[in-house]
Amino acid sequence: MKTTALLLGGVATALIGTALIFTPGWNLSKVHTVQTGYRGLSVGEMYTTKSEQLLKAANALPDAIDPAEAGGKKATEVYKNVKVLTDLSAAQFDRVMLGFAAWVGGEQGCNYCHNPENLADDNLYTKKVARSMIQMTRHINKDWQAHVQTTGVTCYTCHRGQPVPKGVWYKGADPKSKGAAATNYGMGHPSSVNGTTAMNTDPFSGILDGKDAIRVQASQALPTGFGAPLQKTEKTYSLMMAFSGGLGVNCTYCHGSRAFTNWTEGSPLRVNAWHGINMVRDLNANFLAPLQADWPANRLGPTGDGPKLYCLTCHQGAPKPLLGAKMAQDWAELGGVSVK
Amino acid sequence: MSIYENVFTQVQVHPKTPEEGLGGPIVDRERIGKPIISYWLGFIGNAQIGPLYLGTLGVFSLLFGFVAFEIIGLNMLASVHWDPIQFVRQLPWLALEPPKPEYGIKLFPPLAEGGWWLMAGFCMTMSVLLWWARVYRRAVALGLSTHMAWAFASAIWLMLCMGFIQPLLMGHFSEGVPFGIFPHLDWTAAFSLRYGNLYYNPFHMLSIAFLYGSALLFAMHGATILSVGRYGGEREVEQMVYRGTAAERAALFWRWTMGYNATMESIHRWGWWCAVLCPLTGGIGILLSGTVVDNWYLWAVQHNIAPSYPHVFPVTVDPAATGVPQ
Repeated sequence: MKTTALLLGGVATALIGTALIFTPGWNLSKVHTVQTGYRGLSVGEMYTTKSEQLLKAANALPDAIDPAEAGGKKATEVYKNVKVLTDLSAAQFDRVMLGFAAWVGGEQGCNYCHNPENLADDNLYTKKVARSMIQMTRHINKDWQAHVQTTGVTCYTCHRGQPVPKGVWYKGADPKSKGAAATNYGMGHPSSVNGTTAMNTDPFSGILDGKDAIRVQASQALPTGFGAPLQKTEKTYSLMMAFSGGLGVNCTYCHGSRAFTNWTEGSPLRVNAWHGINMVRDLNANFLAPLQADWPANRLGPTGDGPKLYCLTCHQGAPKPLLGAKMAQDWAELGGVSVK
Repeated sequence: MSIYENVFTQVQVHPKTPEEGLGGPIVDRERIGKPIISYWLGFIGNAQIGPLYLGTLGVFSLLFGFVAFEIIGLNMLASVHWDPIQFVRQLPWLALEPPKPEYGIKLFPPLAEGGWWLMAGFCMTMSVLLWWARVYRRAVALGLSTHMAWAFASAIWLMLCMGFIQPLLMGHFSEGVPFGIFPHLDWTAAFSLRYGNLYYNPFHMLSIAFLYGSALLFAMHGATILSVGRYGGEREVEQMVYRGTAAERAALFWRWTMGYNATMESIHRWGWWCAVLCPLTGGIGILLSGTVVDNWYLWAVQHNIAPSYPHVFPVTVDPAATGVPQ
């Protein structure tokens, strides 16, 4: 009896001890805090020397590509089947293509979108997508300065050398439970999107590919009826975790955490984020959704929808994409605004 | 001869024949199990296990509890496609969520969309209520007052406020607490967020005060009694009328350090009320959220409870006030 109890107790202690020591994500480097709000309100951003280094390394700029003359022959005069970049000179057109090969093509380079036998051939779906993405990039730089300001975006902002940017989303997979078992409405599983909580693994559907409301808190003290349900609150909360993860920031980067809905309690950066939400809705509806018929099966999500954007797609874990580097300034071809 | 001291030098009583306890017609009957003596449990309590009285109430309480446990567990297992490895890996996250808001307080929503939650909730509630009745009846049978039953009732009150009464008042079972380790914690955060920050709910404040108060009082009392253990201080009440005992030394300690002392009797009333008031006030706070107050922060601003801090940011206006609402 004594020996068995001792053994069992010893084994249990060893197991629990091991779990306690080895499972949490220990942070051994010193955490630095930058206070951004009034003292005592926990308004600040945290980082370690290591996280800072990792962020810098992940946001290194690609090799610059020499500028091209806007004069000379038009691209349409030199190349066949030019449909979107019709305003560019042949030299500028070539420069954009060099950028594409370096930023988006991955290991295949030009051949990711082009048939090497006939560059004008439209048979590859990637070429159609690329046309739409050029239009989207120009649209962001021209019409969404409320969010991107004059920093702007290029293909590289999202793609980082890869054909598919890290951090696209698809509609949530069907629940694994079948028949009469509880579906839990997409809750109850950890993911990188929901900040490893048990909240919605797909907080985007309806909100970022539609116009569903995000706000859940009442704007007056006393009730006027049944407002937002708790399930909707958890969806918004999960969406905000995706925001936080996408930008690598705390809640208090934008919000006063004692009154999340209150604009005067928070930072003006929240206005920028608000425009960002509207921008993402616009881009998903007008650039990504129309490509639905063009995606091959291996680019579709578990329920058959194409990839869509959210904060992480451009921000890649940084408060400002590429840490605020004004790469688009050198890319008038892509609609980048020069403020020199 | 050995003397009983404290946890490190204590003497365990290992009788040759385990104690059967008080006799008499009520206590005697229906206690089951052959008593055993456990050396290791003797370190943290009495070394003797059993016999115990289960009775009708206990049997039905365990049955209902088992059904609730199975409904929750099997639904969780189904949510990982009956994969035992994923069940273990994701267990802290796995959930059984309440009905969708569309079903209001409908009693029989589809099983997959809240029906199981209602059944599990019913069975768990029955189990807890039956156990409450058992606590009450066992206390009466032993000739005790019913303090334990009423303290337990306070905890049941909070559970019912969160899972049943507030949802009923709101007309939506979707307000109820999901089953699951992280899911119920996420619910807590979401509930606070939805109702504009529960920290500004005065009954939440009271509940926290009583929670911390209970912990503080328990620490003070436990420390006091352990510290007079060398004088037999665990025999609290019988000593209180004598001079020079552990009881008087304990009382003197607090009178010396803070001018006032509870008595051996009143300290237990302090502890009992602090503990009982914690869920009691908490339950009221839950009941008022959504029904009487929709945004506790704004309520607190109106009633000059929320402090205002200097604004270090430029004034920000809701862009939706001029544009598309979100």
